[in-house]
Amino acid sequence: MKVSLFITCLSDAIYPRVGEAMVRLLSSYGVKVEFPEVQTCCGQPALNSGYWDAARASAKTLIQAFEDSDFVVSPSGSCTGAIHHYYPTLFKDDPVMLQKVQDLIAKTYEFSQFLVHVLGVTDLGAHFPQKVTYHPSCHGTRLLGIKEEPLTLLRNVQGLELVPLPSAEDCCGFGGTFAVKMAEISGAMVAEKVDHVLETEAEVLVGMDMGCLMNIGGHLHHRGKPVRVMHLAELLYEGVKQRV
Amino acid sequence: MSHGGKATTVQDRARVALNDDFLRNAVKFTTEKLRSQKRVATDELGNWEEWRERARAIRLHTIAHLDYYLSMFIENARANGTHIHFAQDAQEAVEITMKIAEAKEAKSVVKSKSMVSEELHINQALEAAGIEAVETDLGEYIIQLAGETPSHIIIPAIHKNKGQVAELFSEVAGETLPADTKILAGFARAKLREKFLEAEIGITGCNFAIAETGSMVLFSNEGNARMVTTVPKTQITYMGMERIIPSLDDLEVMATMLPRSATGQKLTVYMSVISGPQREADSDGPEEMHIIIVDNGRSHQLGDPEFQEVLNCIRCGACLNVCPVYRHVGGHTYGAVYSGPIGAVLTPRLNKDDLETSGEVSMASSLCGACFEACPVKIPLHDMLLYIRRDYVQEGIPSKMEQLAFKAFEHTVSDHKRFKRAVKLGRFGQMPLVQGGVIRAKFGPLKGWNSYRHTPALPAQSFRESWRALDAELQGINVEMEADMKQRLQEILAKRRGT
Repeated sequence: MKVSLFITCLSDAIYPRVGEAMVRLLSSYGVKVEFPEVQTCCGQPALNSGYWDAARASAKTLIQAFEDSDFVVSPSGSCTGAIHHYYPTLFKDDPVMLQKVQDLIAKTYEFSQFLVHVLGVTDLGAHFPQKVTYHPSCHGTRLLGIKEEPLTLLRNVQGLELVPLPSAEDCCGFGGTFAVKMAEISGAMVAEKVDHVLETEAEVLVGMDMGCLMNIGGHLHHRGKPVRVMHLAELLYEGVKQRV
Repeated sequence: MSHGGKATTVQDRARVALNDDFLRNAVKFTTEKLRSQKRVATDELGNWEEWRERARAIRLHTIAHLDYYLSMFIENARANGTHIHFAQDAQEAVEITMKIAEAKEAKSVVKSKSMVSEELHINQALEAAGIEAVETDLGEYIIQLAGETPSHIIIPAIHKNKGQVAELFSEVAGETLPADTKILAGFARAKLREKFLEAEIGITGCNFAIAETGSMVLFSNEGNARMVTTVPKTQITYMGMERIIPSLDDLEVMATMLPRSATGQKLTVYMSVISGPQREADSDGPEEMHIIIVDNGRSHQLGDPEFQEVLNCIRCGACLNVCPVYRHVGGHTYGAVYSGPIGAVLTPRLNKDDLETSGEVSMASSLCGACFEACPVKIPLHDMLLYIRRDYVQEGIPSKMEQLAFKAFEHTVSDHKRFKRAVKLGRFGQMPLVQGGVIRAKFGPLKGWNSYRHTPALPAQSFRESWRALDAELQGINVEMEADMKQRLQEILAKRRGT
């Protein structure tokens, strides 16, 4: 059984600790995780900006990397969503690639999906005695339909107080290149998101996408607010280590 | 493209909106109210998703057979005594209108709310011919007085607050009116009553046109559409060519979907089904009725698998109310007749021969998909925005700088060794910029981003650089997978392989 990690370019370059937490958690269940190194990026920066040739070039590295995998698991609802939702369109005129894309889609999961639906794990026995709020990322929820999985995992963490985020479903304003091209609109969006995070008085903001979390966390830091920003895998791993 | 006349960019217009606290508060307040009311009204149905599927099926079917249903509609409408005209573009629609106005020697026209009429800029054409055109929808009346364009499909004056309305009305009244909704509405009602009685022609839009009966249907909340279609002797209706639904049964579905999606109302206050001019036994209604069927770029979407569905839109505005971009910047930022996510698709698509001007607005979206989720007929607007961006790039419109940047991106990500080297290079390059683990510099592509955020620095090792050590460590700790989990995984695999 070959389980492969799709690290995503962002977690690879900036947040390796997220990948590490994922691999350690999965290993603790006896899942042997592999890391096919030909993978680079899902291609979304190019896809979302209209540069589809570049997106295809990037996507091909993933298709190649996971050709022999039985399961692919990734710390991002957005990058997983791109594979599921946009790869068929990207390769619609290439029947050979399209078949490979369908194979990839069938085996690719976002981290919380993989835990809950594949491994059947909803309670990791973690202990994390802090006030936490959860931001549901748009692509994870809307493209992949991940709604309850992260919440279920969080509710089963001992000591964790989960406080609802007001207008949680509103986009944080990241949108990849959108945040660069439409910087002022994106800035207004992330400011509102952070206002909502602060309203909860949570000590920790948790999510399933480092793009959104880099955006929200970056704005929190900019405003000098000490809210800790964590990926779900990081929180769970830390919680498992703190198990009593 | 905006009312300023001078070409501005989306970013320019967004900046103006973002610095306007009145606008931002007004838009946020009303969109918040509308979307929460919608939530209540749709939850209450219990099976909203089924309703959406049903509405989508009706729209898909109708648009797929648009030629058939249009012919049926025209035949039946003509049999009812309605004059039917076709306008290929805005100019033709204006010309037809002006001919009718001339024949009727009209001096005054009253209008009920119509987004198609905004496409035509008919008010300006009428004014130029010395004909007074008065908007009678309260919101439209407000923005007409302000010399602006609608900033929302349903709530045209969403960006104005009570105080601003009081100022506008006070100018017309010649005395200071208080910022009291009841008094302001009362003033408008009295003022508009005079206009209804004077007008020779009433102009309307058309929410739906029913093929089997040849009727046009208007949804309104203020009753002004009733006045426009009963008092003046001549009625002119602009109808986007895609407004058709096959039957009265389908209207029942639309009458459930449109008000709930638009304002969270179970029913619209007035629904008028008008099947031709006044008949002998009728006590009111126009003596002459014209429907101008407007194409204006719509037929270009037919047969295009990526965009045909945009014709399914029932103009409820739900996508605007949930759009995080719209909610911050309002409708004028979009610089065109239609705003919000539907506008960001419609504007480039109705003007697809001028993508250089019309396509920019497709960038004003974070692609969050809230629009699709809110759409009562499930139009994949977030996907369409991507297709438009692809076309925009294919036509070579973006700056050379941007094109080069993506060439470099393509080169880097198409090979993992190059990608690894690029991250390494970044780690060196960032050194002078890192302070306390973050980068605060505001130049180049970091300028906009870092104006609102601090960027985390690249750590000492990327994941792929640390993988070998992590892997080796974990190889040493051999945990055996529990039997039932193993079986679970095998079952999933077997199911996938169809064995």
